[in-house]
Amino acid sequence: MNFTILIFGILSLIAVVSSVLMITRKNAVISALFLIINFFALAGLYLLLNAQFIAVAQVIVYAGAIMVLFLFVIMLLKTENEPLIFSQNKLLKNFAILIGILIFVQFAYLIFYAKPSNSLIQNEVQSVKIGTIQTIGRELYTNYFIPFEIAGFLLLAATIGAIILAKKKFE
Amino acid sequence: MSVIPIEYYLILSAFMFVVGVIGVFIRRNAIVVFMCIELMLNSANLALVTFSSYIGNPVGQVFVFFVMTVAAAEAAVGLAIIIAIFRNKQTVNIDEINIFKW
Amino acid sequence: MIKYIYLAVLFPLIGFLINGFFGRKIKSELTIGIIGSSTVGIAFLISLLAFVQTIQFPVEQRTNTVELFTWLSANGLNIKFAYLVDQLSLTMSLIVTGVGFLIHVYSIGYMHGDKGFWRFFAYLNLFIFAMMNLILGDNFVVLFLGWEGVGLCSYLLIGFWYDRKFEKGTTADAAKKAFIVNRIGDFGFLLGLFLIYQTFDSLNFQDVFSKAQTFLINENTFNLIALFLFIGATGKSAQIPLYIWLPDAMAGPTPVSALIHAATMVTAGVYMVSRASILFASAPTVMMIIAVVGLLTAFLAATIGLVQNDIKKVLAYSTISQLGYMFLASGVGAFSSSIFHVMTHAFFKALLFLGAGSVIHAMHEEQNIQNYGGLKNYMPKTYFTFLIAALAIAGFPGFSGFFSKDEILWYAYVNGGFIFWFGGAVTAMLTAFYIFRLFALTFLGNERFDHHKYHPHESPSVMTIPLIILAILSILGGYVGIPEIFSDQEGNLFKNWLEPVYKSAEEKLLTSSFHSHFEEVLLMLISVLLALCAIYIAIYVYTKNIFVIDKLKKRFVKVYNLLFNKYYVDEIYDSIIVRPIKIVSEKILWKFTDSIIIDGMVNGVAEIVNIFSEKIRRIQNGLVQFYALIMGVGIVLILFWIIVNL
Repeated sequence: MNFTILIFGILSLIAVVSSVLMITRKNAVISALFLIINFFALAGLYLLLNAQFIAVAQVIVYAGAIMVLFLFVIMLLKTENEPLIFSQNKLLKNFAILIGILIFVQFAYLIFYAKPSNSLIQNEVQSVKIGTIQTIGRELYTNYFIPFEIAGFLLLAATIGAIILAKKKFE
Repeated sequence: MSVIPIEYYLILSAFMFVVGVIGVFIRRNAIVVFMCIELMLNSANLALVTFSSYIGNPVGQVFVFFVMTVAAAEAAVGLAIIIAIFRNKQTVNIDEINIFKW
Repeated sequence: MIKYIYLAVLFPLIGFLINGFFGRKIKSELTIGIIGSSTVGIAFLISLLAFVQTIQFPVEQRTNTVELFTWLSANGLNIKFAYLVDQLSLTMSLIVTGVGFLIHVYSIGYMHGDKGFWRFFAYLNLFIFAMMNLILGDNFVVLFLGWEGVGLCSYLLIGFWYDRKFEKGTTADAAKKAFIVNRIGDFGFLLGLFLIYQTFDSLNFQDVFSKAQTFLINENTFNLIALFLFIGATGKSAQIPLYIWLPDAMAGPTPVSALIHAATMVTAGVYMVSRASILFASAPTVMMIIAVVGLLTAFLAATIGLVQNDIKKVLAYSTISQLGYMFLASGVGAFSSSIFHVMTHAFFKALLFLGAGSVIHAMHEEQNIQNYGGLKNYMPKTYFTFLIAALAIAGFPGFSGFFSKDEILWYAYVNGGFIFWFGGAVTAMLTAFYIFRLFALTFLGNERFDHHKYHPHESPSVMTIPLIILAILSILGGYVGIPEIFSDQEGNLFKNWLEPVYKSAEEKLLTSSFHSHFEEVLLMLISVLLALCAIYIAIYVYTKNIFVIDKLKKRFVKVYNLLFNKYYVDEIYDSIIVRPIKIVSEKILWKFTDSIIIDGMVNGVAEIVNIFSEKIRRIQNGLVQFYALIMGVGIVLILFWIIVNL
């Protein structure tokens, strides 16, 4: 029991810290690495929520594929460490942070106002069952079959589009 | 058995989202801005999975699956665009990419 | 078949769409002509079947409504697109599609080789479509749709040869004149519709007419409604004071003059008055106005027709004059007689125009009758059919015009009084005179044309067959309306057929003064004698003794000039209406109101917007993140709004 909370605490701390560090690093490569850490922490949280399939997919797709793509592009473009990592306009920067904080406060107010924990208490057995690849697979191939196919087409289109865009010259 | 209230997850999700938002607002490197968008998507995913798990409905996780698909597609195309921009402008600094001007 | 009456409207529309959109691609004139004619022919067959079906019904079931869809629906105003199939609309649609079909066929020959062949047939079909809507419409709005539609087609067809010269201007000027003059009438008509809706809270014929019978409504309201509707009718049916467009409408091809400006469209006003007979019957003052206007138009147009030299102009004034007769009949309450005259007039006037077209065709577009003469040897079929039509319009006993005209004269005498009869009879005499003047100058006497320039020849049979059919109709058409004194048991067939439509109007008018049959026969004999004299004099003078005319011309030079220049009506209108309007438009509306006030306002607003946007556009700094930040501000505000409203 306490063990669960402990794990949650550690993972969420990693997630929070890594995300903050990610947006404050000068070097884009380091930012990317922190983001990967953040994704791993999220994968742990998914496991804690009994969402095994999503946790695995998170590691494979995000940490494995997408972030590798990011790292490749960063290295390909050789973006040097810039002295100014934030927008030059100080006022604008502070205002942006203020807006962000305001959004967070409003979210938090809404969450505590709604108090979803009053009605939503996790059913362990149920949540284990729905998190399996079996349940999600059945859902994908029955009710969400057409969106699933469309997603496939989307990926194909993105692949072709990426190749076309990144090609050196247009014939 | 699990005593973690749902609010914890949601607050964490909101926090990560806002960090992503601030990153989008203030970072100058287009690739980092892009990564911030990924962070925002992930925070939304966390909220979805949380609700899915607490309500006991797999649809939320199916949705996360689709979000990942879209994120992958977006990353591929977006990074290709960034490469194309870099080829033209020799920079990925957003402040200097401001041709959409009056 | 009544249920499918909408097909009779739809087929001409299909023909229009095919010829209008693909006509340019279709190389064969015959194909276009067949598409154009057959769609109208099918419409005629459908009308005929509906007619046959209706005639088998007992009298009280002969009025049927075919609802298609709800056209407009807005808070109490509910306009259905529906067709009313009753005795009147069937009669009219038979005339329109029947004569229309013959004229379509004729046009295949007449328009041969014209570069706008497909356009011509498309317009003609569109015209039939609009005219059928006008006739069959179940409410004033559908009628108005057709009313405007035929006006448009008339405009398009008058200006069909838009690059040709016509009198002082081009045919486009004539088309514009027709359209604008009609517009004045349409404006009156529209006002009438508004007033009807305000008074009766409906625009459906049956609603309005039944309410007009039962409601207690101020007579002034009725007078106003009837007056506005009549103004509309004067525009469309070329009555004083709006008749001036019809002579100019002769700028169009001759089949158009025959179909639109003689047989069908111009009778729309007569039809409308007839349809709304109860409204007019409730407005005795306006009935009097209609009768007087009709008589005056008939008389004055006939006098102008006496001296015109353009073959089509003579026929145009003749049309105006005959339309005057129809309004005279309506004005004295003889609605069925006026529709009867519409029918016979459609036959013989279409025949006259088509015959004239045949002559013009043969004479290479020469239209001056002074340059004709002796054509009967060259074109016997045209000559013969034209003779029949001339006899019909002159009211020669046994021909269709005789029956309809004498019926009108009789009712003018019974319901109007001696003056109306006398005016009508004199007009009939004038009619006989000018039509036989035309006839004699064209077909009889010496050949006055240049033989090297003109080679008159008979027209092809695609043109002469319609002429022959119309000639047969011009003779036989009158026998459906033999007056009661000549047909003992059955009475007047045509009148009995239309009777139910006018029942309520006739009850309202209550004309029951007794007149003996002797009077009727006497009057008939007088008018026939007058017509026969006129025919004889015309033929004698214009073939044998033409210098008598020259003497008369010199003697009465002022009268002659007055008539020849059409009473200077165009000039008068020009100086008292057109020019002042032009001056006011230019000096006040254009130079002051438009240039200074309206343009000033519009430009001022634009200037203010411009000044502000100069400042505001700086926000568009091109930085994506700045835009995103603004979006963030928006999100904060929305969330704030949600929180406040929790």
